[in-house]
Amino acid sequence: MSLKKLLIGASIASSLFASTAIAEPKVEVLHWWTSGGEAAAVKVLMDEFAANGGTWTDMPVAGGGGEAAMTALRARVLGGNAPTAVQLKGPSIQEWHEEGALSDLSEVAKAEGWDKILPDAIAKIHKCDGVYCSVPVNVHRVDWMWGNASLLAKADIKMPTTWAEFNDAADKLKSMGITPLGHGGQPWQDATLFDSVLLGVGGVEFYKKAMVELDLDALGSDTMVKVFDQMRKLRGYVDDNFSGRDWNLATAMVMNGEAAFQIMGDWAKGEFTNAGKTPGNDYLCAPTPGGGYLYNVDSFAMFKVDGDENQAGQKLLAKLIVGEKFQTAFNLSKGSIPARMGTDLSDFDYCSRRSSYDMAVSSANGSLLPSFAHGMAVRGVFSGAVTDVVTNHFNSDISSAEATKALVAAVKNAE
Amino acid sequence: MVDYLQKHISKIVIAPSFVAILVFVYGFIGWTIYISFTKSKLLPKYDLVGTIQYEKLFTTPRWDVALNNLFIFTALFVVIAIVIGLLLAIMLDQKIRAEGVLRTVFLYPMAISFIVTGTAWKWILNPENGIEAVVRSWGFDSFRFDWLINSEMAIYTVVIAAVWQASGFVMALFLAGLRSVDQEIIKAAMVDGISTPRIYSGIIIPSLAPIFLSAVIVLAHLSIKAFDLVIALTGGGPGYSTDLPATYMYTMAFSRGNVGQAASSAVVMLTIVVAVIVPYLYSEMRARHD
Repeated sequence: MSLKKLLIGASIASSLFASTAIAEPKVEVLHWWTSGGEAAAVKVLMDEFAANGGTWTDMPVAGGGGEAAMTALRARVLGGNAPTAVQLKGPSIQEWHEEGALSDLSEVAKAEGWDKILPDAIAKIHKCDGVYCSVPVNVHRVDWMWGNASLLAKADIKMPTTWAEFNDAADKLKSMGITPLGHGGQPWQDATLFDSVLLGVGGVEFYKKAMVELDLDALGSDTMVKVFDQMRKLRGYVDDNFSGRDWNLATAMVMNGEAAFQIMGDWAKGEFTNAGKTPGNDYLCAPTPGGGYLYNVDSFAMFKVDGDENQAGQKLLAKLIVGEKFQTAFNLSKGSIPARMGTDLSDFDYCSRRSSYDMAVSSANGSLLPSFAHGMAVRGVFSGAVTDVVTNHFNSDISSAEATKALVAAVKNAE
Repeated sequence: MVDYLQKHISKIVIAPSFVAILVFVYGFIGWTIYISFTKSKLLPKYDLVGTIQYEKLFTTPRWDVALNNLFIFTALFVVIAIVIGLLLAIMLDQKIRAEGVLRTVFLYPMAISFIVTGTAWKWILNPENGIEAVVRSWGFDSFRFDWLINSEMAIYTVVIAAVWQASGFVMALFLAGLRSVDQEIIKAAMVDGISTPRIYSGIIIPSLAPIFLSAVIVLAHLSIKAFDLVIALTGGGPGYSTDLPATYMYTMAFSRGNVGQAASSAVVMLTIVVAVIVPYLYSEMRARHD
């Protein structure tokens, strides 16, 4: 074989190779799901993507609840080399949209009928000026209350349905020498309590005004003073050593009978499940007192990318994420529920089914609300400023009136 | 050619690092100052808007706490570390046995990173399994030592951990100083029948003045940089009661998407450092010219 022939052969082979590479969908995915259950959940998506003929480049950035990943993202976008898909949350999707960085998914959305299968409130946060630019992966419910079944039976207490009932139950538990509330004193956990208390004490309309619209009158109202009063009560129900404790240790306290209740999103359920506990027998789950449903949605935002194979990969990925198969498999690993309504939930446990049912009801009557504590309601600057006030109030002895004043000042200042 | 190289070789070798420092240190200081006068949020923006970021910064209660903590922390850390370091050095200087071993023991904390120090002290100070629990298990049931989880006192636990880490280093500085004091003067004083405490307070310690200055500079810049210690020990908590300017800046830049606030707080920190360092540099340079 002459050298010439060899060269021609090689060039044909390489051009063939190149043409298949163009047809092949490619994605580079930036996410921070690196711990056990989460990594397993991502693997589900990776395998499905590969089964559909795509190439997945994984870009996991661990640490700081996504802070490290966001720093990496900023560097990539500023460098003009954005990843195809990025794990993002709520209002930050809009922040990136304003920087002109997100791409248009309306083609896939129409083909797949997303408007029909996603709850309105959740569909809205995934749209940029009315056009889908990101997709929801799951829905975590934030306003859950977890109880230790045997402790509550011993004290003859049912899961409370009002905050007054909760206070009575907690006083009773305290007099029996049981810590009523397992809690970790980290700012985001204090904010998680505040989420539930605000919804329970203030009600759906008040929550919307205060935390979504950041209405200064609502933020400075007497209702807000009452909310802080209830926060002060909760402060009296935690043990002495709560400062800085991680949330999963607080969950373990409920599991081991060291505390009766925990107020925490449904990722806490993963801890119970991993320890082999079953809902109803070992632990109880109920929404925190007061109506409504606070969601915390994980999303993937699709960034503007060049190249057919990247755009094809982006569309395929978006389709698969909202698809029923992934939504079921992923959320079984993660402990949350599918964002897609009408998914078959027969493999899910009681708490998840209840969460899914409540989500549909809340979506219908307009009480499906974004969680402020988890950055779903307003942008980082505002939710950060509110968290500062909440955690400062919870960890010091300033009065509710002072905290309310500080809240108004903080929100004004964050503009 | 060779002559030229020989003449300029030192400048040529130094040039790359000079350029790198010019761009990556001073260039970015300039960039940060510029950004602090813009309304940058998630990504940097370049429209100047005046001093809004500074006005916001100084009306934010959390920044007040951070700045107050910096002054409390710096003052106590510098003073206590110097006092303990000096005492340790004087005691080691009494020609005792096993001085080498003791010196190493006291100096070792400096070899540990602040993360390790912070984590270790977090466990030691934790009321449920640290000092409080130990003393209670001895039978003193009413003993309380819960500074770590008390938002009024938590900043002092940071001081304790930092002093533990740095006083050995200060001791080493002073020990070197003590060894270099002219023995003839001390012998003359002893011949005159002056007591040892008087020799120290009247002759030796005053002659250590330059060492004091170095110690203050080293400790002060450590305290302004302090970040990892707070993150490991208290995580800024309870609430934000142990926030320092460095942790405030980090929060604003990386978890709040508020680059403008982060830049303005960084500039304020820079100003504080400059206020400490410039008089020192000035005095150093003047001394050399004389």
